[in-house]
Amino acid sequence: MAAVLAMVARGCGGVWRRLRQRCAVRPGSGPFPRGERAVACNARGGMMSAGKSGLTPWIPVVGLEIHAQISSNSKLFSGSQVQFAAPPNSLVSFFDASLPGTLPVLNRRCVEAAVMTGLALNCHINKKSLFDRKHYFYADLPAGYQITQQRVPIAVNGSLSYSLCIDNKMSQMVTKTVRIKQIQLEQDSGKSLHDDARSQTLVDLNRAGVGLMELVMEPDMCCGEEAAAAVRELQLILQTLGSSQAVMAEGQLRVDANVSVHHPGEPYGVRTEVKNINSIRFLAKAVDYEIQRQIEELGNGGTISNETRAFDSKLGCTVPMRDKEGKQDYRFMPEPNLPPLILYDAKSLPANMNHQQVINIDWIRERLPDLPSVKREKLVEQYGILPEHSFTLLNEDGLPEFFENVVKQTQMKPKKVIGWILNDLLSYLKQHSLTVKESPVSSFLLADLLNLLEKKEISSTAAKQVLAELWKGKGKTPLETVKEQKLELLQDQKELEQICQAVIDGQENEVMAIKAGNQKVLNKLIGLVQKKTQGRSNPVLVKQLLEKKLSE
Amino acid sequence: MGARLLGHALRSQVSAALKEGRVTPTELCQRCLALIKSTKFLNAYITVTEETALKQAEESEKRRKRGQPLGILDGIPIAVKDNFNTAGIETTCASNMLKGYISPYNATVVQKLLDQGAVLLGKTNLDEFAMGSGSTDGVFGPVRNPWSYSKQYKEKSVPKSHSEDEEYNWVITGGSSGGSAAAVSSFTCFAALGSDTGGSTRNPAAHCGVVGLKPTYGLISRHGLIPLVNSMDVPGILTRCVDDAAVLLGSLAGHDPKDSTTIQDDFKPFELPDLPDVSKLSIGIPKEYHAPGLSSEILSLWSKAADLFKNAGAKVVEVSLPHTRYSIVCYHVLCTAEVASNMARFDGLEYGHRSDVKDSTESMYAATRREGFNDVVRGRILSGNYFLLKQNYEKYFVKAQKVRRLIANDFGKVFGSGVDILLTPTTLSDAVPYTEFIQEDNRTRSAQDDILTQAANMAGLPAINVPTALSERGLPVGLQFIGRSFQEKQLLTVAKWFEKQVQFPVIQLEEAERHDNGVFQHQKSASFS
Repeated sequence: MAAVLAMVARGCGGVWRRLRQRCAVRPGSGPFPRGERAVACNARGGMMSAGKSGLTPWIPVVGLEIHAQISSNSKLFSGSQVQFAAPPNSLVSFFDASLPGTLPVLNRRCVEAAVMTGLALNCHINKKSLFDRKHYFYADLPAGYQITQQRVPIAVNGSLSYSLCIDNKMSQMVTKTVRIKQIQLEQDSGKSLHDDARSQTLVDLNRAGVGLMELVMEPDMCCGEEAAAAVRELQLILQTLGSSQAVMAEGQLRVDANVSVHHPGEPYGVRTEVKNINSIRFLAKAVDYEIQRQIEELGNGGTISNETRAFDSKLGCTVPMRDKEGKQDYRFMPEPNLPPLILYDAKSLPANMNHQQVINIDWIRERLPDLPSVKREKLVEQYGILPEHSFTLLNEDGLPEFFENVVKQTQMKPKKVIGWILNDLLSYLKQHSLTVKESPVSSFLLADLLNLLEKKEISSTAAKQVLAELWKGKGKTPLETVKEQKLELLQDQKELEQICQAVIDGQENEVMAIKAGNQKVLNKLIGLVQKKTQGRSNPVLVKQLLEKKLSE
Repeated sequence: MGARLLGHALRSQVSAALKEGRVTPTELCQRCLALIKSTKFLNAYITVTEETALKQAEESEKRRKRGQPLGILDGIPIAVKDNFNTAGIETTCASNMLKGYISPYNATVVQKLLDQGAVLLGKTNLDEFAMGSGSTDGVFGPVRNPWSYSKQYKEKSVPKSHSEDEEYNWVITGGSSGGSAAAVSSFTCFAALGSDTGGSTRNPAAHCGVVGLKPTYGLISRHGLIPLVNSMDVPGILTRCVDDAAVLLGSLAGHDPKDSTTIQDDFKPFELPDLPDVSKLSIGIPKEYHAPGLSSEILSLWSKAADLFKNAGAKVVEVSLPHTRYSIVCYHVLCTAEVASNMARFDGLEYGHRSDVKDSTESMYAATRREGFNDVVRGRILSGNYFLLKQNYEKYFVKAQKVRRLIANDFGKVFGSGVDILLTPTTLSDAVPYTEFIQEDNRTRSAQDDILTQAANMAGLPAINVPTALSERGLPVGLQFIGRSFQEKQLLTVAKWFEKQVQFPVIQLEEAERHDNGVFQHQKSASFS
């Protein structure tokens, strides 16, 4: 028996109450492993059944610190290439290895990526930002300090709007906003590999010096689901901009969560920092676990200490991390080898400046691509699809384009096309863990198929059969497949009439029932005709024929 | 010109001799190498790159024979302070931490010299990581001032028994670029690179009787210079005469994409007028440089110098730089903070010394740094880290930065008021004997010795030491000119005029004279060892 605590929330900054429900859960059989707590967040904003009144409510507060690796050919301050999974220490310049006398040279591309990201997140772009050194000793930090932007970062005071569904229903979505405190440019560290057997540490400096954007999200979220939705939206934005590939599994997007709980009207509680979260799903789990842990701890008269905890994805819980050097004093200091980073806009751009040497914020702003939210709106507006469908489309890289391509090449209405895209294409791809680009059926082939359907040359049942054939990727066109498998609709009305007659003749009981007024039974007859024609009959036509014959 | 060559200026005599074929680059190189050997007791060089130098000289000779020299520096022997990276040649910073460290790349300034055909003779001695003002605190031992062995000094110093004389009376070079200053002063090379953070080029230049130029911050690339204080370090130029300094400056200055703090504007190399005119200039005499401890000898030289300008028709005005007196404490905070930060990379992992202690990564770090750095370096790291602590940052570092701004503003006001050049002493006194120098610790010495030179680093201004006269003890004394930012041409023009007026005597050094006689008797030069 395990006690499952369900949490309810009142939207953002909502009030949580402890709700004790005793229910029987077979060990290991539930959706969560034993001992794990399920936390649900009610995003609708209404108060759900709060259980026994009189219990003190808790307000959870969640803030995020996100490191996004900048997608660029070379590192932030050196010419070394950036590449995932290259042989160890093969992408290391003298600067990356901190050879004495080397100096940082700022990579223009990284600055542009940060400006783009800042603009996309409605930030104020600082026309003058500064670099600082943050000191600590660690084997994978060759210089003994990291160059970052502690005092004046490149972008501040932004916001990110994200949507999430209420009660897990795609049809009920709410939009929320989280404030972005700042975006700063900084260097990534190398990687330490601990060989416990030989008690040695191996250092790989390929990642050392790669450009990162650190995004600090204000504690405007209240549960794992909100944090996950915000990060997912951010991920889409970064990918749309191309400023980061933002693949969490490859460490291009690293999320640390700051979690605390407090009573309404009281100051924020002591927060913990949860690290080691490597997927969006785990982010939701980690945050919810940590909220619950803190509530329980405080409820039991304990205290929360300001510590760093690691999320253990196997156990589904957070555990204290060993502190590296006790309380760190990073001894911040201005980076003396980099002059202030000056950005310009159309107004401040000096006339005699070499354009290669300056970055113009307005120029970048004018060239920003449509952000996911705008793309969704456009899809809804242009094609009349449902908003939730636009979310699903945007969630898959390349899917909106696939959809649009199909629409362009077919007479079928977009509203109908979307069903085929989401129900058939997407579920097939998911089942086979394929990306849209890897789909064996191109938008052209799918459009071709949908055209056959639209022209009533095949039934939708037959269309699905054709699609199943097309997945095999044998290079045949839909029409060839239809011909080969004889899936065309029966165009011969006499033949169809004969089949209908045969069905009626064989089903006396059903015919009697229909004649007695039970119209529902007619569907059974239609089904039988379909069966006999192997799906090659037009159900509308069959229905007409049957009705006509039965009324004769 | 006579037979002597090594003692002469690069621009006028030596390049002409090379051009006319009176001497070949190889001969010149061999002579210098021989002199380096016979003056080894000066301890000016840490590494002598005999083999590569001769190869470079040979290449230069080929180019010259083809009539395609790379420029005025082609075939000219030079030396480089051992805190500049030199590819394939040990770069030690006179520290156990980097003993045996061979850099894979050339500092930009070194590369530029090589690209123009200069012959690199070796790497010169310094205080460990350039932290000091005597060139006495390096792991390879102190540098001896060539003037200690000059006829001029020997005649004036109180005669004791001969052996005692040499052992107890030799004077320091000043520092931290003492090796480079001694190398130029003893004629073992025609020019040398130093570095200047608080006076490290000008101070030894003054003590060794050579020209020492600290250019404007940002004019010459620091890429490849192992840093002391990044925001003040400037590669320094040590030469026999002001014209040569202008030649070197012209070959080194300019934007370097590898150093973001170099200015983007093009630098146009310049030649100085043969007959400089100072009559239209306004020379400022900052009263604060009349500092406690300034020797009466130097004070009187300073005032004579001012008179020289006055007599030449220049306007000489007393000016005030009121914040100069805070310079030393301010420098101490900023310097140690950057040192603490810059030295953090020496952990024994990627390069340099690594301790055998292997109990943990942390203990390895600690032991490596204890074994690798001397007390001076460790002391500065400790204070620097203290100043950078969160609770101290505002109180010390930020305050020091503000004071630095005030010091820089002082200069701005003076130059804004119409003053063109400031004239000051470079050092408080002539060079002291080593035995006396080490009575005080490095910190006290640095604080005293940098007092007249440091403010120019705080403000990033160009400054130059011009050898002026010999002291009563027969040792060199220099005066300093400080100019406006990036106005090197004006600064050097004034310095050249002054140089002509004072006619600083040539060092009379037995070793150098032996090697320098008969430059045209080709065989003789190589026979000394």
